[in-house]
Amino acid sequence: MNLSKRWLAEFVDVNAEDRDFAEALTLSGSKVESYEHEGAKLENIVVGQVKSIERHPDSDHLWVCQVDDGSGEIVQIVTGAQNVHEGDFVPVARHKSVIASGDKITAGKLRGVESRGMLCSVAELGLTTHDFPYAIEDGIFILGDDCDRTPGRDIREATGFDDTVVEFEITSNRPDCLSIIGLARETAATYNTELKLHEPEVKPGHGNVNDLLKVDIEVPDKCYRYCGAVVENVRVAPSPRWMRERLRACGVRPINNIVDITNYVMLEYGQPMHAFDLRFLKGNHVVVRNAKAGETITTLDGEERALTEEMMVIADEEKPAAVAGVMGGEYSGIMDDTTTIVFESACFNGIAVRRAAKGLGMRTESSARFEKQLNPDDCDTCLRRALELVQLLDAGDVVDGIVDNYANPKEPVTLPFEPEWTNKFIGVDVPADEQKRILEEIGFTVENGTITAPNFRIDIAHQADISEEIARFYGYNNIPNRELSGVAKATLTERQRFNRLLERTAMGCGLSEIQTFSFISPKSYDKIRLPKDNPHRNCVVISNPLGEDTSVMRTTAVPSMLEVLGRNYSRKNERAALYELATVYIPNGPDELPDENQNLVFGMYGKGCDFYKIKGVVEKILSAAGIDDYNVEPKKDAPAFHPGRTAVFTLEDRLLAVCGEVHPEVLDNYGIGTRAYVAMIDVEYLFEKSDLVRVYKPLPKFPATTRDLAFVVDADMPVLKIEKAIAAATGKILENIELFDVYQGAQVGENKKSVAFNLRFRSAEHTLTDEECNTAVNRAMKAAEALGALLRN
Amino acid sequence: MKQQLEEIRKNAEAALSGTSSLEELDAIRVKYLGKKGELTAVLKQMGGLSPEERPVVGQIANDIREHIQAHIDEKVAELKSAQREKQLMSETIDVTLPGEECAVGHRHPLSIVLDEVKEIFQGMGFDIISGPEVELDYYNFEALNIPKDHPARDTQDTFYITDNILLRTQTSPCQIRAMEERKPPLRVISPGRVYRSDAVDATHSPLFHQIEGLVVDEGITMSDLKGTLDTLAKKLYGPETKTRFRPHHFPFTEPSCEVDVSCFKCGGKGCSMCKGEGWIEILGAGMVHPKVLQNGGIDPEKYSGFAFGLGLERLVMFRFDLDDMRMLYENDVRFLEQF
Repeated sequence: MNLSKRWLAEFVDVNAEDRDFAEALTLSGSKVESYEHEGAKLENIVVGQVKSIERHPDSDHLWVCQVDDGSGEIVQIVTGAQNVHEGDFVPVARHKSVIASGDKITAGKLRGVESRGMLCSVAELGLTTHDFPYAIEDGIFILGDDCDRTPGRDIREATGFDDTVVEFEITSNRPDCLSIIGLARETAATYNTELKLHEPEVKPGHGNVNDLLKVDIEVPDKCYRYCGAVVENVRVAPSPRWMRERLRACGVRPINNIVDITNYVMLEYGQPMHAFDLRFLKGNHVVVRNAKAGETITTLDGEERALTEEMMVIADEEKPAAVAGVMGGEYSGIMDDTTTIVFESACFNGIAVRRAAKGLGMRTESSARFEKQLNPDDCDTCLRRALELVQLLDAGDVVDGIVDNYANPKEPVTLPFEPEWTNKFIGVDVPADEQKRILEEIGFTVENGTITAPNFRIDIAHQADISEEIARFYGYNNIPNRELSGVAKATLTERQRFNRLLERTAMGCGLSEIQTFSFISPKSYDKIRLPKDNPHRNCVVISNPLGEDTSVMRTTAVPSMLEVLGRNYSRKNERAALYELATVYIPNGPDELPDENQNLVFGMYGKGCDFYKIKGVVEKILSAAGIDDYNVEPKKDAPAFHPGRTAVFTLEDRLLAVCGEVHPEVLDNYGIGTRAYVAMIDVEYLFEKSDLVRVYKPLPKFPATTRDLAFVVDADMPVLKIEKAIAAATGKILENIELFDVYQGAQVGENKKSVAFNLRFRSAEHTLTDEECNTAVNRAMKAAEALGALLRN
Repeated sequence: MKQQLEEIRKNAEAALSGTSSLEELDAIRVKYLGKKGELTAVLKQMGGLSPEERPVVGQIANDIREHIQAHIDEKVAELKSAQREKQLMSETIDVTLPGEECAVGHRHPLSIVLDEVKEIFQGMGFDIISGPEVELDYYNFEALNIPKDHPARDTQDTFYITDNILLRTQTSPCQIRAMEERKPPLRVISPGRVYRSDAVDATHSPLFHQIEGLVVDEGITMSDLKGTLDTLAKKLYGPETKTRFRPHHFPFTEPSCEVDVSCFKCGGKGCSMCKGEGWIEILGAGMVHPKVLQNGGIDPEKYSGFAFGLGLERLVMFRFDLDDMRMLYENDVRFLEQF
């Protein structure tokens, strides 16, 4: 909402610097976004009078003018415009001046003739021909008698282009503040000064409106009130400068007196008005009703629109003339030959207007206001204000009286006056008298212990609402600050600590954290080669996505990781090692919320990255979670992964983690031109199985004995299998078993490999004897041999 | 004999003064003090001395032995020290060469700032809770006093899954869930992802993070709200930070406010960061609307509370002087490794 300060001054006297005004209003609840002085860009442009004019000696289109610019000297200015005559008053941009475009004007020569400035058009002043309808676009602005034509007068003052415009952000609960009067009321209360309201006075005219207009409301639940008045012998003309400049300051383009009056009243009171041609109102009868199935209307913007039965229309006896509160119909609009008009000032149900506007896909200034729910009480006042303006502007002959169908009067909201409640709720001590004063200044009445809210306040329903009114005028910043009292008892949950542990471990392994969008493209599932029937393809789908790329909630965070790896690769980053603690969304029934599970995803490529590197990170995480009895197996058919370089970690036959080299086709799909590695850990299951209890184990008192064993086995024999067999066979004196070499080559034979383990034996009770160790080693060898392993010497 | 001994001492000293290596020293030691050395040879002749002379000469011989030995020890120490010095010098390396790279992971800037906010609130006794991102319309809107057709829904362009299920547009639904799940006194924050259908640009993203806060207890007033948020601002931006509370409107709080902090770049004088205002808006807050308390199953006659919401991305952008929000979701390692 743009506020003209000149207009505001009609209702309230405030002498404050613009900056202070902006801050004061902001702090009392009407947020000022910005303020601007009209014509602020203009410098050194004044009114001048053309004393004489003659053709330029060397040009057939330039004119040389002698201009009185009020400086006491006559200045010579050359112009290319053809509409300047001797005696005309014109805007003169003097030597060293600035016009609206920001261009600087200085003295110079035009085809050899000196010109000490420039005569300006409306555009060069930052105005339009809407502001001065008698001016022409492609010529000099010849000042009319609605301007101050004193040579030397600053052009902004002379033309009224010197208002201050304050832009407010009005929240949806305060449609009353989308008006000059509403903001004036807030201003008066902020400065604790008088609000000067004006009661419109319509002089007696002729006839009786009831002979010309009848109003019926068929839907009183959607149209609370409808007021109409008639003006005959309409004389369409430009409105006067004061009205034009106020409209302009508020951002509304002046059109003609009738249209301008409707806009003027809307801005002044916040009440949208509508004017239409009585000729086209069949039976002189306004019927407010729901549209009928199949009805259409061509709106003022020339579009034909199909109406639905829940849309409310302003109709005559046959057809709709307007979509109530949204837009008028084209055929009933004001035309050049219009002689008799109806002014409409009505109040509709906000939700009904909102639905109709949404249904038609058109949001107008009118619907934007109505949908916030306006006040029915002012409909008649606004109508009388319009008629008063018609008389003031001599825009037509007012027919006496108004038709007022107040079908559904609004009951004012009342609340008990409880100043103590407010003081307790806010934490202040504002005396009851002061609270009463504040409330009365903003239109509430406080009588006999009861507060009655004005009907223009749609946001008052509870004592807390009253408290806000007191608090904002008392000043939020005057309320004392108090620290919360009581003992602080906050703790992290086990899960929060667990997540923190996982993330710290991942970072300790050199992985950096990433954050990616939770929604992905359904095509991602193709890119990771997921089969068509894979359950991961069943995901939560956004019905109104921004685009396909962000249209489904991910069921796996692997595509997000691959995308990030691909982006880094394409940006020539040589290495990336990343993790994301990602949420995935697993659908349940159609009306149920999905499960939101956490996955820990790793991704890496570049120097030092290989399968065993990423596997090592997974192992570190499992170990941090206190899980060591998991099983690891090769996985040949994980679609996104290399069939020979992928492992799954399972615990009690349920998947705990998967890690591997990314399938080359998937690498291609993500534009990754090097081997990359990805792992995924199911954090929900990991947490379920985690064991974070750590118990101190005494440091060994007796020495350990180590033995190395090397076996030749089939090349495809998983090492883990041998390791587990040895561990099981050697019993509890085996402190540690570690693989230290794997060798394949001619020496061990085709399809064979040599694997070498280091076994460390130790007893907590005594120093082990050779015999004890030998027994254990023998058992180890037998266990390995049972798997087909041959001891290598 | 005395003369002989004196000779040995002199010769040994002379020899010692010219040595420059441990080997030479050892040779001198053998020559004079060794089993077959000159001093031993002289001492072997002691048998020929009178019993009176023997202890005297013996004493002199011992003194000379000790004297030479002390000289040798001194010289050894000297040479060893010189040798070590030489070795150390020869081992000089270029310490200006860079240290060995050790791969340490970096925390994402969003997490860095979130961790900080969490710590501040934990210190004030707030538990950290979370709620679903795919949420029921009821929790996201209805229960927060935003019925269907409420104009406030327009300002939050919502992604819908079905008519009743949506991607939460704010973390405020956690207020209702917290009230349903816990009993007052209640002090929680709930950070998380929220979604609005805004196209991606430097300051907009269809996905961003909020941190919701809720306090409910007997006798909670707007003073508590102000004190808590003032403390937050001072912990985030330093003890000199001032706060400014402006009235605002949220359907689920009454009274509502927006909170500005004095610009942490210019201290309030006005600069490019605060657009000359001297103030920077960081959060929205208010006293929990009685209807919202009721929707959460809490008796508004007995309890009152306040709630607030912070935009995490905004905090992060201010903290790191970041002017493009997209960087946060691109995850370029050159970006990540800066934090």
